[in-house]
Amino acid sequence: MTDLLLYAMAAGLMLVTATGPLGTIIVWQRMAYYGDTLAHSALLGVALGLMLETSIELSVVTVCVVLALGLGPLHRISGHNLDSLLGIASHTSLALGLVAVSLQSGNSIDLNSFLFGDILAVNLRDLLLLGAVSGSCVVLLMLNWNGLVALAAHRDLAQVEGRAVVHLEVLQMVLIALVVAVGMKIVGVLLISALLIIPATAAGSFSRSPEGVALSATALGMISVIGGMLCALQLDIPAGPAIVLFASLLFFLSLLSRYWKRTI
Amino acid sequence: MKPLISLDNICLKQGERDILSHISLTLREAEITSVIGPNGAGKTSLVRLILGLAQPTSGHIQRTPRLRIGYMPQKLTTNTTLPLTVKRFLSLAHHSAMTTDQALQRAGASHLGSSSMHKLSGGETQRVLLARALLAKPQLLVLDEPAQGVDITGQEALYQRISDLRDELRCAVLVVSHDLHWVMAKTDSVICLNQHICCHGHPQTVSSDPAYLTLFGQETDPALAPYVHEHDHAHSIHGDVIGEGCQHD
Repeated sequence: MTDLLLYAMAAGLMLVTATGPLGTIIVWQRMAYYGDTLAHSALLGVALGLMLETSIELSVVTVCVVLALGLGPLHRISGHNLDSLLGIASHTSLALGLVAVSLQSGNSIDLNSFLFGDILAVNLRDLLLLGAVSGSCVVLLMLNWNGLVALAAHRDLAQVEGRAVVHLEVLQMVLIALVVAVGMKIVGVLLISALLIIPATAAGSFSRSPEGVALSATALGMISVIGGMLCALQLDIPAGPAIVLFASLLFFLSLLSRYWKRTI
Repeated sequence: MKPLISLDNICLKQGERDILSHISLTLREAEITSVIGPNGAGKTSLVRLILGLAQPTSGHIQRTPRLRIGYMPQKLTTNTTLPLTVKRFLSLAHHSAMTTDQALQRAGASHLGSSSMHKLSGGETQRVLLARALLAKPQLLVLDEPAQGVDITGQEALYQRISDLRDELRCAVLVVSHDLHWVMAKTDSVICLNQHICCHGHPQTVSSDPAYLTLFGQETDPALAPYVHEHDHAHSIHGDVIGEGCQHD
């Protein structure tokens, strides 16, 4: 039991190390809905992975990246609003994923564990994969940090100054796809984007520099993981939603602290 | 003077609509070129083509290899959730040939270094944007309506600063401006744009050009020239010139 808990806790902490800084970038770029769409499409990836009997993580990353890269051209060709397209892509891929998973023969698949995660089922292999992915995600973010912040601050300026803005945008998408693929295990496809967006938004109240926000986001994510898991154990509720709720609680507290700072 | 960038017969269409047609111009070292024209004349589109942020539908743009461009956008719309001090904002520049302090000083914004980007006034924001544009010691400085949101005295100072910077850095300057007084007094070349180049040349030549007069009125003192847009020709819904008029090249 302690092994299980230790693995689960380690997995959650590793995940938020990556979702903290990545989430802040997403929030600055106003890409919250983008993260949601990619996360929902992950279920389609799960179904494909099961169908082709390949690694589920690999098929999830593939589906997310294909969708992310396809959305841009679709937006240009169709002329529809990007947020409408994101909504359509998000729900179409989720529905398609649900249908595809239900069509699997054998049907011993626990759909809930994909939708809401099953952090207590994390094994050593998952942990190693999560560590590798989160680690490389953090390293890539650090290497490209100034470029990513410049992109979020003013895309045109960054491009005129000679930054490879398209490369940076692709990097962001690939990183989101990777994090979704490994984070799915922990909080599920429906809630993974919450870990990207809620701590990052809350962190905005606590810091005056971009780096400070990224670090605070990770710290808030870690508090959410620890707090959420303790609540889950105490109250016997599912861990994934408990972690997300704990993050939401921190967000409301950040609102209060902001209000309090303003009044004094 | 060495040409830095040349546009040769550029056309830009958005769907079926002509945004710019048959634009040819050259920007040269140490020359201030100003672009004037009514709203919707395609001034910002022209700027974006020159900056390489948009591609022309037809025509050819030739740039000096490794041209260093400093760009001062019309306004800054940063996300307020992204906390940036002025110094941190400047440190986001991709290449810097001078320190942030030097750039701030050149732009007249030395005192703003540790302010938050979100708490600057219109004039202060413009000076910080100018500092960022200067960081790379640009060969070409592109300013899109730099005086927007700046009060009258601030505008004068800003325009004076642009003239000084040209002398100091020997850079080419392309400026979109509504200030006809400054355009006529201080710039080397004026482009009067209304989807096509209505007239182009030395301020004195341009200000007596019939095409200029039809766009900006007959006032003798350009400082008092009302910013009106009177056509001797009509535009179709797509922006094409209909019938006669615009009797110049």
